[in-house]
Amino acid sequence: MYDTIIIGAGMSGLAAGIRLAHYDQRVCILERHYTIGGLNSFYRLNGRDYDVGLHAVTNFTEKGAKRGPLARILRQLRFKWEDFALAPQKGSRIVFPQTELKFNNEIDLLRAEIAIAFPSQVDNFETLLKKVLDYDDLDQETFEISSRQILSETISEPLLIEMLLCPLMWYGNAAENDMAWGQFSIMFQSIFNEGFARPYKGVRLILKNLVKRFRGLGGELLLRKGVKQIHVEDGHAVAVELDNGEQIIGKRILSSAGNIETLRMCSDTSEPDPRRAGQLTFIESISVLDRQPETIGNHDTIIFYNDSETFHWRRPEADLCDVRTGVICSPNNYAYSDEDGLLSDGIVRITSIADFDRWNNLSEEQYALQKLRWYDRSVESAVRFTPDFRHYVIDTDLFTPTTIRRFTWHDNGAVYGVPDKQLDGTTHVDNLFLCGTDQGYVGIIGAMMSGISMANLHCLRD
Amino acid sequence: MAPEEIRSAIVDILGDIAPDEDLSTLEDTVPFRDQLELDSMDFLDIVMELRKRYRVQVPEEEYTALNSMASTVEYLTPKMVDVVAT
Repeated sequence: MYDTIIIGAGMSGLAAGIRLAHYDQRVCILERHYTIGGLNSFYRLNGRDYDVGLHAVTNFTEKGAKRGPLARILRQLRFKWEDFALAPQKGSRIVFPQTELKFNNEIDLLRAEIAIAFPSQVDNFETLLKKVLDYDDLDQETFEISSRQILSETISEPLLIEMLLCPLMWYGNAAENDMAWGQFSIMFQSIFNEGFARPYKGVRLILKNLVKRFRGLGGELLLRKGVKQIHVEDGHAVAVELDNGEQIIGKRILSSAGNIETLRMCSDTSEPDPRRAGQLTFIESISVLDRQPETIGNHDTIIFYNDSETFHWRRPEADLCDVRTGVICSPNNYAYSDEDGLLSDGIVRITSIADFDRWNNLSEEQYALQKLRWYDRSVESAVRFTPDFRHYVIDTDLFTPTTIRRFTWHDNGAVYGVPDKQLDGTTHVDNLFLCGTDQGYVGIIGAMMSGISMANLHCLRD
Repeated sequence: MAPEEIRSAIVDILGDIAPDEDLSTLEDTVPFRDQLELDSMDFLDIVMELRKRYRVQVPEEEYTALNSMASTVEYLTPKMVDVVAT
């Protein structure tokens, strides 16, 4: 009999597991995939290490900072700042036709850029900053207000609204077209006020430390153990049944599998409405270069681009992908310590919006062909905004919505889960709780914060 | 445990929760919140660590007793009278 059964060995499940095991609970984490990490995982191909989700860890604060989510999770998990070894970004850009905004981990750069590109919006931007800081993240009603509405009341230049939404939607908006104000505020804080960083060794360093700690505290991590069903009797979960028929019992269950994915597992529910599922999923191409990106003039950590004045954030309507907007990430362009030096390979990662169903319905042969085709198309679109690197490519890979589905088990491979978040983590079952993406926090730090806060709120108080 | 031992137990816990804080200059009568950067999650941690280390239960409605070092020691003294210092 476990005190808590956790579904999913991603950032949120592992962080929750550490909290509970630290306070002497019997905890097991069940993971369907053969590896840990969920969306933020890693793999090895042709002798090289690749990250799945990670472009950047957001919410960066310097060593010694006592405020902010990074400091909070380090304290809650009893880690030292050095355990995550985060190197800050060098600088990023939001690029639209004829207009660009540079930003880094100091909000003053973005302020100055807005003063140059949108001189009439200087005061309005300050008003927006104030509104973001005033947002209280515990209130579901305020959370769900339309960001486009608040933005149009605050900023009178439509292009600036689109340019601010672009990176924030790319890095954490599960809904199409608009964004919940709560999500906007959280993302704004984590990206513009705090900022980007990355461990030299990538996401595996963070995952390795989480797993080591969890196991060291006596936690059990079981891979290739998918949950087939949660047996519910009179609104109470009594057991978890695995794909292999094995039954596991626990006092409570904390699921990071996603909101509708978790409900589907419950024996007392009918099939959830598919319209509730998230629609936004991506392809990501990875190009390995024979040189460092900066030697060809690419100094940007991350570029968020959009090739028209209107930013379209929705599932592609007519094709497998939509490459009008995208994200270009060069993991080489972080300020790594002298000790670590440069990454051995030059890497450029490009993300484009994709349609899950179209990718999922391809035959094996077509799938391989479309991967090549959309690698070319997404790179061709991106090199309008970054120096053309195509002559220097020595290896490539592309992952698709079906890859994301395999790592996250989300319906539609929805990267940021369902649009309607369940901030208090409760479900219709009195001892089943949600954590992770569908509870409301996204990103690596956000996911860990979600696991910690749901563990504190629902699993540590008896 | 005597009040002085309880105080040092609390300092130990705070040292684990907030390793970067200088606890040697802690003023016992000033609220923790005013001299340490502790949030509600950290306060829950103090309660949880007390339970884990000394089997002392602090009900939620009594969390306010943990406002400062002085009030915490005063509140815990009767509860921890039988706890043997390690």
